[in-house]
Amino acid sequence: MTRTALSALLSHWKRKPFQLLTFVLGLALATALWSGVQAINAEARSSYGRATDAVGGGAGEVIKAKNGGPMDAALYGALRRAGWRVSPIVEGWVSVEGGRVRLVGIDPFTAPQTAAAGAAIETGPSEFIAAPGRLLAAPATAARLRTSPDLPPVIDAPEIAPGIAFADIGVAQALLGLEGQLSRLIVVSDQTPALRSLNEISPDIERQAAGSAEDLARLTDSFHLNLTAFGLLSFAVGLFIVHGTVGLAFEQRRPVFRTLRTLGLPARRLIGLLVAELMVFALLAGIIGIGLGYLIAAALLPDVAATLRGLYGAPVEGQLTLRPIWWAAGLGIAILGTATAAGSSLWKIARMPILAPARPRAWAMASERALWAQGAAAIGLLAVALIAGTAGAGLVAGFLMLGALLIACALLLPLILAGALRLAQTAARQPLAQWFWADTRQQLPGLSLALMALLLALATNIGVGTMVSSFRLTFTGWLDQRLASELYVRAEDDAQAGRLLAYLTPRSEAVLPIWNVEIEIGGAPAELYGVADHPTYRENWPLLSALPDVWDRVADGSGALINEQLSRRDGYGPGDDVPLPGGALTVVGVYSDYGNPLAQVLISPEVLTARYPDVPRLNYGVRVSPDRADALADGLIRDVGLAEDNLTDQAALKAFSIDVFDRTFTVTGALNVLTLAVAGFAILTSLLTLATMRLPQLAPVWALGLTRARLARLELVRALVLATLTLVLAIPVGLLLAWVLLAVINVEAFGWRLPMHIFPRDWAILGALSLVAAGAASLWPAWRLARIAPSELIKVFANER
Amino acid sequence: MLLELDDIHKSYPGDAGPAPVLRGVSLSLEAGQTLALTGESGSGKSTLLHMAAGLEVPDRGRVLIGGTDIASLGDLGRAEMRRTRLSVIFQQFNLIPSLDVAANLAFQARLAGREDHAWQTQVTRRLGLDEHTAKYPEQLSGGQQQRVAIGRALAVRPDLVLADEPTGNLDEALGDEVITLMLDLVAETGASLLMVTHSDRLAGRLGSRLHLSRGQIAA
Repeated sequence: MTRTALSALLSHWKRKPFQLLTFVLGLALATALWSGVQAINAEARSSYGRATDAVGGGAGEVIKAKNGGPMDAALYGALRRAGWRVSPIVEGWVSVEGGRVRLVGIDPFTAPQTAAAGAAIETGPSEFIAAPGRLLAAPATAARLRTSPDLPPVIDAPEIAPGIAFADIGVAQALLGLEGQLSRLIVVSDQTPALRSLNEISPDIERQAAGSAEDLARLTDSFHLNLTAFGLLSFAVGLFIVHGTVGLAFEQRRPVFRTLRTLGLPARRLIGLLVAELMVFALLAGIIGIGLGYLIAAALLPDVAATLRGLYGAPVEGQLTLRPIWWAAGLGIAILGTATAAGSSLWKIARMPILAPARPRAWAMASERALWAQGAAAIGLLAVALIAGTAGAGLVAGFLMLGALLIACALLLPLILAGALRLAQTAARQPLAQWFWADTRQQLPGLSLALMALLLALATNIGVGTMVSSFRLTFTGWLDQRLASELYVRAEDDAQAGRLLAYLTPRSEAVLPIWNVEIEIGGAPAELYGVADHPTYRENWPLLSALPDVWDRVADGSGALINEQLSRRDGYGPGDDVPLPGGALTVVGVYSDYGNPLAQVLISPEVLTARYPDVPRLNYGVRVSPDRADALADGLIRDVGLAEDNLTDQAALKAFSIDVFDRTFTVTGALNVLTLAVAGFAILTSLLTLATMRLPQLAPVWALGLTRARLARLELVRALVLATLTLVLAIPVGLLLAWVLLAVINVEAFGWRLPMHIFPRDWAILGALSLVAAGAASLWPAWRLARIAPSELIKVFANER
Repeated sequence: MLLELDDIHKSYPGDAGPAPVLRGVSLSLEAGQTLALTGESGSGKSTLLHMAAGLEVPDRGRVLIGGTDIASLGDLGRAEMRRTRLSVIFQQFNLIPSLDVAANLAFQARLAGREDHAWQTQVTRRLGLDEHTAKYPEQLSGGQQQRVAIGRALAVRPDLVLADEPTGNLDEALGDEVITLMLDLVAETGASLLMVTHSDRLAGRLGSRLHLSRGQIAA
């Protein structure tokens, strides 16, 4: 019985392979977008974890110099003699083809049991330690390192995080030019009790929490959350296709279900078979989706990795690893998606009386009551959005607001379109026009799912596009203000810094120190900068709010400027005291600091050096007339011996910053395009399936004298009209989305608020794209209608049908 | 007694409260007997047939098939009864559009686990469908579709055939031809037949007839 019933159910798909293709592809696309994003996130997070494990073995604490700089290697011996169980680390960057690699020197014998230490011992301690030594790195990083002839032989160590190379500490000190110096000491977890205090051994060092993985995770969480939200939205758009296809397939098979029940198939068996059928398709779609997701992730990961490296210094290599958990999650989301999309249809079948009307009706003929119920649900969701926006706090509330708003607008779409079409029908005078508008309104229920998907895709494009473009516009303006100096120089040591100052002072308008230390404010890392009192800052610095005489108060040492991130994070504003090491200072102003994940404080250089006498004084900004900047740069290299790497001109720095910015949003742009493509596919499938059900409506009009070609043209126009109306409605929804992203999500995720700009040209391009998508989607069904055999149309009138 | 309907009552919800459709109908059918049920539209003929098929449950009264009260069987039991002992032929044919004629003809027999290839071939030939076994229902005329429905019903060799206006969609000549085929095959299998029709002419071709009027058997 089961086999016979199953063969009858499956025969539907055999006769309608396109419907099956739509279902599987829709679900596969939805799964692909979701699992692709998850793969990127998982890869990045795994890299953070491996980075920490490789360096510290999960060690909780490190000993560092108080001034944040390198410390004397002799301290290591002093600490060991005092009973401290510590392991030395030296760290820096080596330049290789395609960027820099972080080089970490370790002592394999005292290092905690880490991936790197394990790999070093495996390599053979004598080879690892003795000159020229060995470098250990992940295969992709190792390949980049091998392009540099000056480096020791490189050994592949897949267990090591990407972007990092390990060497023996002596080898690393030599390569980094840090002989006799250490970056930090790892404190091994099981220390002997009652050790001599660090202060007694050296007053210049302190014990700090390590926690780089936690810091990275915290910094990058919002980036990943944004990606996840986008993935989820794409998944939702894909589910519209699946919902529509499953709903149609179930409606078309209602007569079969009824016949099967009449012939003696129990209801529970029927539902069981339908669930099994759906699950098999879901697994098939899931496997295809995971494959596609892998391709999407592999294509996007290099840009995401570059973004994470550029923005946060997060060690992520642009290569993807297939993980079993990702496979399982991908299949799980495909099954969950199918269950969500098919749940209501299955429920209807389970509750359907055995003699329910066999004629397919609900899919294409939603009742007025259903439309109003949809409207009521939309109003309920708008209320949820309002409550989340006003009473909620945090990113989750922000995304809840965003999700509720989007779904509410999507649900309202058919109601609004029905109203607009009714108006058009009333205004029409020609009979053909009246029929056109009335017929379009009749098609609306069948197309509404696809149009809702299109609305979501367009609104997301407009919303995210507005956010990114607003951000870019603000960012470039802000860069112009922040990067006012024509040249930026970094001395190797104090002696070179002295020579630089002596050379630059008579040849430039000003030499502005850029000195900083890393501190903690409220338990979180922050940067403390000393800035000179100079018109460069007074005239250009992008202040959001300030007390009167802001720059005078910074210059006299009584005030501090803080960035927007710190202001929002800890709630400081002008007039408040911000706690700083060495004593609190009054906040005299708040400035915008886009792209910086850390809190930042600006004080006068005098206060900085008084509190941190050992602050490295190596970085400077140079003001010089732009036409003399190149000559001065050449002079610095030629006359002072400044390495080219230590000199950056303003234009290069801006170009680098904008490049980092653009790469940050490459993934967003790609997801935007993919979501729009999925929506276009939804329209195509809806039109094609509707086309088969439309003959009874079109045949009478054909019989009354309209040619098939003209009917086909009208079908094309109908798709374009609906797409245009959807686009017009998507613009305000998209702008609302942009506002939520800029004013709510961005503030919660990154700590800064951006002004919103409007870009009508982008809308025009998007509008043209959506019309092309809708037109292309309707072309095939229209072409088929134009070529349909008259006998097919006549069949509609035959009694035998 | 193969089929026994005893004091069947059935109402459906209406705007002004429950609208009675059947009001105490009783009838019985012996094995091998053929009975036509006639009556004007809305007299409750189809509802009575649905009760006999276990597709609907009466508000009051009993439906006994082979002495078993189908109300006591539950959904699974009634489904098995329909699969193995009954066959229903509908006015709208109710074929499975995605299966070809051969698969449709064999469908109920396969569902019941009682496929008999020789008998099925004979039925197919007798119904004049041997040229059409590879076609799909949409490729057949109405008369041909109804023959497939009759073939499906009889390929399982049921004890009881219930036919609801089986020629309602066909013209008179075609209807006569289809009824002749159906009656021949029913007689050959030894099944009982309860047929709903509004045609006195067709009703006259069956062994006995009952007239239903306003939910009650007319004298």
